[in-house]
Amino acid sequence: MTSSNVYEAVIGLEVHVELATTTKLFCGCANEFGAEPNTHVCPVCLGLPGSLPVLNRRVVDFALRLGEALHFDVPPSSIFHRKNYFYPDMPKDYQVSQYDAPICVDGWLEVDGDRIGIERAHMEEDTGKTTHVGGGGRIHDAAHSLVDYNRAGVPLMEIVSRPHIRSAEQARDYVGELRAVLEAIGVSDVKMEEGSMRVDANLSLREVGSEILGTKVEVKNMNSLRSLGRAIDHEIARQARMLDAGERVLQETRHWDEAAGVTHGMRSKEGSSDYRYFPEPDLVPVAPTQQMRDAARAAVPELPAAKRARLVEEWGISESDARVLVESAALARYAEAAVLAGALGKDVANWCLGEVLAHCNEHGLSAEVLPLAPDGLAELVGLVADGTLSRNLAKEVLRECLTRPVRPRQLVEERGLAQVSDEGELAALVDEVLGANAAAVQEWRDGDDKARKRKRGFLMGEVMKASKGKGNPQVLNRLLDDRLR
Amino acid sequence: MTATSTAVGIAGAVRSGERSARSVVEEHLAVIAARDAELHACNHVMVDDALATADAVDAAVARGEDAGPLAGVPVVLKDNLCTRGVPTTCSSRILDGWRPPYTATVVERLLLAGGIPVAKANLDEFAMGSSTENSAFGPTRNPHDTSRVPGGSSGGSAAAVAAGYAPLALGSDTGGSIRQPAALCGVVGVKPTYGRVSRFGLVAFASSLDQIGPLATTVDDAALLLEAIWGPDAMDSTAIPSQPEALGGDTDIAGMRIGIVEELTDVEGIAPEVKAAVERAAAGLDAAGARVERVSVPSCAYGLSAYYLIAPAEASSNLARYDGVRYGLRVDAADVAEMNAKTRDAGFGAEVKRRIMLGTYALSAGYYDAYYGQAQKVRTLIIRDFAQAYERFDVLLSPTSPTEAFPLGAKTADPLAMYLSDVCTIPTNLAGHSAMSVPFGTGAEGLPVGVQVLAPAQGESVMFRVARAVEGIVA
Repeated sequence: MTSSNVYEAVIGLEVHVELATTTKLFCGCANEFGAEPNTHVCPVCLGLPGSLPVLNRRVVDFALRLGEALHFDVPPSSIFHRKNYFYPDMPKDYQVSQYDAPICVDGWLEVDGDRIGIERAHMEEDTGKTTHVGGGGRIHDAAHSLVDYNRAGVPLMEIVSRPHIRSAEQARDYVGELRAVLEAIGVSDVKMEEGSMRVDANLSLREVGSEILGTKVEVKNMNSLRSLGRAIDHEIARQARMLDAGERVLQETRHWDEAAGVTHGMRSKEGSSDYRYFPEPDLVPVAPTQQMRDAARAAVPELPAAKRARLVEEWGISESDARVLVESAALARYAEAAVLAGALGKDVANWCLGEVLAHCNEHGLSAEVLPLAPDGLAELVGLVADGTLSRNLAKEVLRECLTRPVRPRQLVEERGLAQVSDEGELAALVDEVLGANAAAVQEWRDGDDKARKRKRGFLMGEVMKASKGKGNPQVLNRLLDDRLR
Repeated sequence: MTATSTAVGIAGAVRSGERSARSVVEEHLAVIAARDAELHACNHVMVDDALATADAVDAAVARGEDAGPLAGVPVVLKDNLCTRGVPTTCSSRILDGWRPPYTATVVERLLLAGGIPVAKANLDEFAMGSSTENSAFGPTRNPHDTSRVPGGSSGGSAAAVAAGYAPLALGSDTGGSIRQPAALCGVVGVKPTYGRVSRFGLVAFASSLDQIGPLATTVDDAALLLEAIWGPDAMDSTAIPSQPEALGGDTDIAGMRIGIVEELTDVEGIAPEVKAAVERAAAGLDAAGARVERVSVPSCAYGLSAYYLIAPAEASSNLARYDGVRYGLRVDAADVAEMNAKTRDAGFGAEVKRRIMLGTYALSAGYYDAYYGQAQKVRTLIIRDFAQAYERFDVLLSPTSPTEAFPLGAKTADPLAMYLSDVCTIPTNLAGHSAMSVPFGTGAEGLPVGVQVLAPAQGESVMFRVARAVEGIVA
C-alpha cells in the first residue's frame, strides 16, 4: 500500500480485566465463570431497591499490586462515580466506576525497549450478560432477550494506555506483555477467549511528522491477540484509503467482525453518550493505608521482563525462548521448579517449550495441573544427560508422563527403554544390518557425495530401528563410520 | 401520655409479664381498624406477622429471657423500608407486586429489640413531597383535622403515631420528611446524624441526604427507638463505624448556650404564631438556666436551592433501576427502550417525574458545574457556617415547619409553595447534622406546632437533653 509511508498510526488501548477475586466487587456473591445463569446473585448485585454496595477490600489490594507492577502513582484517596445509562444487563441502570479520581494514575510498561505510557487504571463493576433469542442472535431482530446477572458486579480493572502505540504488532506486544504481568502478579486469569480480558483500540492516523492528531475511531470486539492485530491493520488500511481519497474519517465506535475480517460502524445509540457522571454517594473514598501499600509491594513477584533477562543470563537460552516461556506464568514457574530440582536450565527450557507446552496447548491445561511434577521433568532431563535415555525415547516417555501419574525412571525400567551403549552388542547389530542391506552398502560405495549422504542416513535409520531406538546414537554413528570406511 | 401508652411504659409492662405483647398488639390493631379507613395512614397492615411476632415475644418472656428494650412495642414502618416477603411500595405504582427478599437493617434491629412491626405507612411517592398527597394510593389525613395534610413525606408514620396506631414509627428524612410531619401531627420526630443509622434496606431517594429516624409521642420514646436501631453496619459503607454514646436521661440545661437561627426564624413565610412558639420555648429554656441568643447562619438561605439540585440529581440516578426489566411494573412494548419509557411513564407520578427531569438536567454535560457542582459548594458553605455557629452554641433552635398543617389540595398545584414547607429542615440534611422536632403547643388554627432543636454531627446526646427540656416547658 502506498499510503503506509505517508501516515502514522496513533493507537491507545483500553484493556478491561476481570479480577480473580473470590467474591464480587460490592457483595459476597461468588465471582465464578460458567455457573448456571442467575445463581450467583443477591439484592446488592441485582441492584434491588434499598441495597447498598460495600467495597471488596481484596479488589483494592489487587489494584495496589497492579499499581506497583505498572509503576503507577496511587494518590492518597480515590473515589467511585456513577456512570448513568439505561441497559437491561445493568441492574441499577448505572455502572459504579471510577472517573476523574481513579486509584492508579500515570504508569508505564516497557515493551521491546519502548516505554508505553499508561494514563490510568481504575476499578469498576462488570455488567450482566444478555443473550438475544431468535432472529440472528442480534438485539434488533431477536424475539426476546435473556439476561444472566452472574457477571453483574464482577470486579474489573480498566487499564487505559496513552496513545503511544504505533502498529498492530506493537499493540499485540503491549497486550501480551500486560497479560504476562497480570498473570504473574496473580490478579486475573487473563483469558481473552472467555472474556476475562477485553481490549478496545482507539486509533487515528496522521501524516508522518505531524503533531496534529487525526479523528479517532474506537474499535471493539477483538477476542484474541490475533484478532486485535488484524483489526488494527484493517482499520489503518481503511482510514488510509479514506484519507487518500480526501474523505473525512468519522468519529465513531466500530465493531470488529472476525469472520469477515472487517470493522463495521455500530448503530449509534439514541441520545448519544451523556453519562451524567457524579460521585457515588453510597461509597466512601478509597484511602489505602500504608500497610496495604506495603503488602501490595511485597506481593509483587519478579516481573516477566526481569525474569526473561535472568533466564537468558542464567540458563543461556535465547531471548525469544525466554519470551515464550515467561508468557505463561504457570509454565515459567514449572520450569524454574524443575531447575531447582537439579536439572540444567537450557535442557528444561527445551522440554518445556517443546513437549510440555504443546501438551498444555493441545489440552487447554495449565502447567500447574500436569501429573508430572517439576522434579519429574528434572528426573527426565537427568536420564538423558547421563546417557540412560535417548532423546527420541525421552520424548515418548515424557508424553506418557504428561498424561498419567508415572515417573520417568519408573517407565524406563518397566519398559526396558534404557539406552544401550555397549560397543560389542551394538557392533554385532551394525554388522547384521549392513549384511542385510548389501545393495545399499554397494550404492554407498559407488555413489557421489550426495548419494553417499543419503545412503548413510538410510543405514543409520535401519540400525537405530534394529536397536528398537535404544542404541546410543553416538556409539552407533562411530561404529557405522568405522565400517563404511 | 399515660405510662401504659408510651413505648417505655409498654416495654416495661411486657418485660415484667404484667401485659402480654399479644394484647398490646391486638389493642393497637383495633385502633388501626377503627381509624384507617378515614386517615389512610397505612398501605398495608401486617396483622398476621404482627401477632406472630407478639407471640414470640410473649414466649421469650415466659421462658424468662430478656425480651429486649422494645418488648411488645408496636412500631409502624414507613413503606420505603424493605420487609422480607411483605409488600414494599414506596407508595408508587412502579413497585407493584414487589416483595423484597430481604429486610432492612433497622427493621432487623427493632425486631431484635422485641419491637413489633404492625403496618407499612403511607408516604409521598419515593419520599418526594411534604404532604403525603403524592402517594399513588391516595393521601393520608391529619388526625387532628382530617381536612388537612399530615405533612410529608413520612405523613403516614406521623399520623399513625398521632392517632395511636402505635407509640413508635420509623420514617426517613431527606429534607425534613420526619421532622415536618412530626410537627404537623404534634409528635416527636428525629433526623439523626447522617451515617448514624444504617440505610441498608431503605429504598433510596437521595443517598447523600437520606437518614432513617424515629417518630414517637415522647422524647424518651424516640430515644428508646433510636438507641435500638443506630450504630455501625457492615452493609452500609456510609454508616459511621464507631459505636454511638448512649443518650442518657439528662434534662439539665443550666449554662447551656442555645442559638435561635435568624435565617430560619426571622424571615418572611414563617407564620407569626410559629415564630412565637419558638420564642416561648426559648424563654422557657432561658428560665431553666440556658443562655439563649440569636445567631446568623447566612448560607442557610441558599439551602432550599441547593437541595433541589442535589436531591433530584441523586434521585434521577437512584430511580433509574425501575425500568420494568427485573421487578415491579412492566408495560410491554416493541423494544426495550420503549418498554422502559412506557413502564416509567405509567409507574411514576407527576412529582417523581418532575424531580427525575430536574436531576437529569442538573447532571447533564455542560450544566454539571453550574448546577450540581455549585450546589455542592453551597453545601460546603452551609457546613462551614454551622461549624462557626457551633463554636459559640451547643444547640440551635428554629421552627420545624413555617406553618401549621395546611388543607389538602392547598399546595398541590404549586410545587414551589410545597417545597417551601421544608425550608427550615433542609439545611440539617445538607450539613449531615442531627435535628429533631418537639411538639410545642398549637398555632392560630388550633393545630400542632413543632420547635426544631438542631445539633452538630453526632450531637444527639445534647440535642435530646434540650428536647426533653422543651418537652417539659408548658407551651
